Amino acid sequence: MSDTQTFLDTLNARSQQCEAEPTWIAARRQAGAARFEAIGFPTRRDEEWKYTDVRSIAQGNFALAESAEFSQAQAAALTLPLDAYRLTFVDGVFSSALSDLDALPDSVQVLPLSKALIDNHEAVGGPLGRLTSVDFSAFAALNTAFMEEGAVVRIAPGTVVEKPILLQFLSRAGTPVMSHPRILVEAGGRSEATLIEHYAGETDATNFTNVVAELMLDRGAILNHYKLQEAPLGDMHVASIHVEQSRDTRYSSYNLNLGGALVRNDLISDLNGQGAETNFLGLFFGQGRQHVDNHTKVNHNAPLTFSNENYKGILDDRAHGVFNGKVYVKRDSQKIEGFQSNQNLLLSDRAHIDAKPELEIYADDVKCSHGTTTGQLDEEAVYALRTRGIDEATARGLLTLAFAGEVLDQVALDAVAERVELAVAGKLPERFNLAGLVEAAVALND
Amino acid sequence: MLEVNDLHVTVEGTEILKGLSLTINAGEVHALMGPNGAGKSTLSAVIAGKDGYEVTQGSITFKGQDVLEMEIEERAQAGLLLGFQYPVEIPGVKNIYLLKAALNAQRAARGEDELPAPEFMKLVKEKLGLMKMDASFLQRAVNEGFSGGEKKRNEILQMLVLQPKLAMLDEIDSGLDIDAMKVVADGVNSLRAEDRAILLVTHYQRLLDYIVPDKVHVLVDGRIVKTGDAELAKELEANGYEGIEESAA
Repeated sequence: MSDTQTFLDTLNARSQQCEAEPTWIAARRQAGAARFEAIGFPTRRDEEWKYTDVRSIAQGNFALAESAEFSQAQAAALTLPLDAYRLTFVDGVFSSALSDLDALPDSVQVLPLSKALIDNHEAVGGPLGRLTSVDFSAFAALNTAFMEEGAVVRIAPGTVVEKPILLQFLSRAGTPVMSHPRILVEAGGRSEATLIEHYAGETDATNFTNVVAELMLDRGAILNHYKLQEAPLGDMHVASIHVEQSRDTRYSSYNLNLGGALVRNDLISDLNGQGAETNFLGLFFGQGRQHVDNHTKVNHNAPLTFSNENYKGILDDRAHGVFNGKVYVKRDSQKIEGFQSNQNLLLSDRAHIDAKPELEIYADDVKCSHGTTTGQLDEEAVYALRTRGIDEATARGLLTLAFAGEVLDQVALDAVAERVELAVAGKLPERFNLAGLVEAAVALND
Repeated sequence: MLEVNDLHVTVEGTEILKGLSLTINAGEVHALMGPNGAGKSTLSAVIAGKDGYEVTQGSITFKGQDVLEMEIEERAQAGLLLGFQYPVEIPGVKNIYLLKAALNAQRAARGEDELPAPEFMKLVKEKLGLMKMDASFLQRAVNEGFSGGEKKRNEILQMLVLQPKLAMLDEIDSGLDIDAMKVVADGVNSLRAEDRAILLVTHYQRLLDYIVPDKVHVLVDGRIVKTGDAELAKELEANGYEGIEESAA
């Protein structure tokens, strides 16, 4: 049996339960399934997948979860401690018990996809799939074939959403399951919001998450988008995020990857209107045999558009990182600025990074730069810290934390920044009590 | 407290120290002077444990312990602290992190508990005041973007917090204007104590007007050629090192 057949069989079994769905959905699913069947999983012969081997997904046998059972206590231990509008999915299944949309204003809709389809499926059918077609990748096709759950967020023009909108995806230990969440965000003109995707789960989980997010920013909209991926270390995680930006919009992505055995993120911004600005900040930290692949692309499709990208990677043990960042400037898109930086820190001799920045420019009045560096810790700094009595492991931990700090300093949400800082600091010996230190520093400021 | 005996040190195949001997007792302030290239900084670097310095002969003991057998951090934990001539910038590591981690490491080595946060902050604030440094320094990355004077003050701040047994200060006066020199000197003088020793490595006599040493050693070509009291530094100021070199030769 071929790798694709296992997935198609699971799909066929599932489809029989979905007979009542609107015809457009059935048609999209079929298109997704047909595309997936035709191209199959990518191999390393595909340029876009040159450094990432997905056989551990392709050869897996993943069921579909039937329930969203998860104890409140377990969820509380994993959840980000912040006041947010919250939708929770357990192995892809919506959990109303773990969700909280109290006091959500009328100008904002936050719905599980399943409910949005029941309430008004035509309103979903228009935008869904507009940015991410089944042709984008085998994973996008697979997501489309299986799509039944996810989140729909609609923000009315002019609305400033005070609290972050948190989409929480929890992964359970047990029989391996897969989920294909679909996220659709429509940010109205001059609206302003913070969206958080948070992936976490039980330590022993070995599931496969394949998410597709389509984010549409109407004129003047501002969207801060956090993706905190701290999935269990046995999880497979594939994400495709497409952003469409019209005039004067500002999109900021904070792509923070700590978890997962195999991780692939595709992040694409289309800057379609003058004055549109996109900021890509990324941090990935791989240990053990983790594989973390970030592919980003900024399409400057209009003049006077701006992009700024800074990705930092920390790799220890035998971890493998990939950074492929592309800046594309369409013909005659003048007066654009596109900056890209990628810095990687290798903490062990066997850690590995493939970094590939790409510029493709078809206009002459542009300011673009890119750079990538890969190195080890500054030994002069290690020495300087040791001469103060700090042992070598702590010194290296401090410097590693400092390296991550440049990205974390720009994370406006304390709950997110602290979570990541503590995760990175997890390598520090016990007696260097970072939490106490942060508290002391805060106390000093007061 | 510190015994350096017949120390020979080679850097990249060249012998820099050629049989240096030096004894420093608790409560004393020593100044090590000498022309450029005499090996002044080499001595403090070897005591601190910097890589690239090969000891071919001789010994260094600190309170009876063989310093050359100790790890870099163990030397500092034992109370041997070096203030750098060129403090390293450490982007991203906040001063407060450095101070806290260093103090905890030292206390842990002595079998003491961590200092509770409020007491730690009280201690640090008091020392900041002494060095005329603003509390915002603590949130800044170690030495990053600091002026020369700020870097040197920061070195002394670390000394004041960590309270070493032997403070070695390598060219702590270089790059300081007169006001900054006074602040740094006040900081160093406040370290003077019965149970502590200070070794000042300096090229100029100027610093010794503010920190009056008990003993002055003149280092020429890898050996101490003359030892005296504070008056010796003044002679050097008047006559230069050449006269000493000649008399030693």
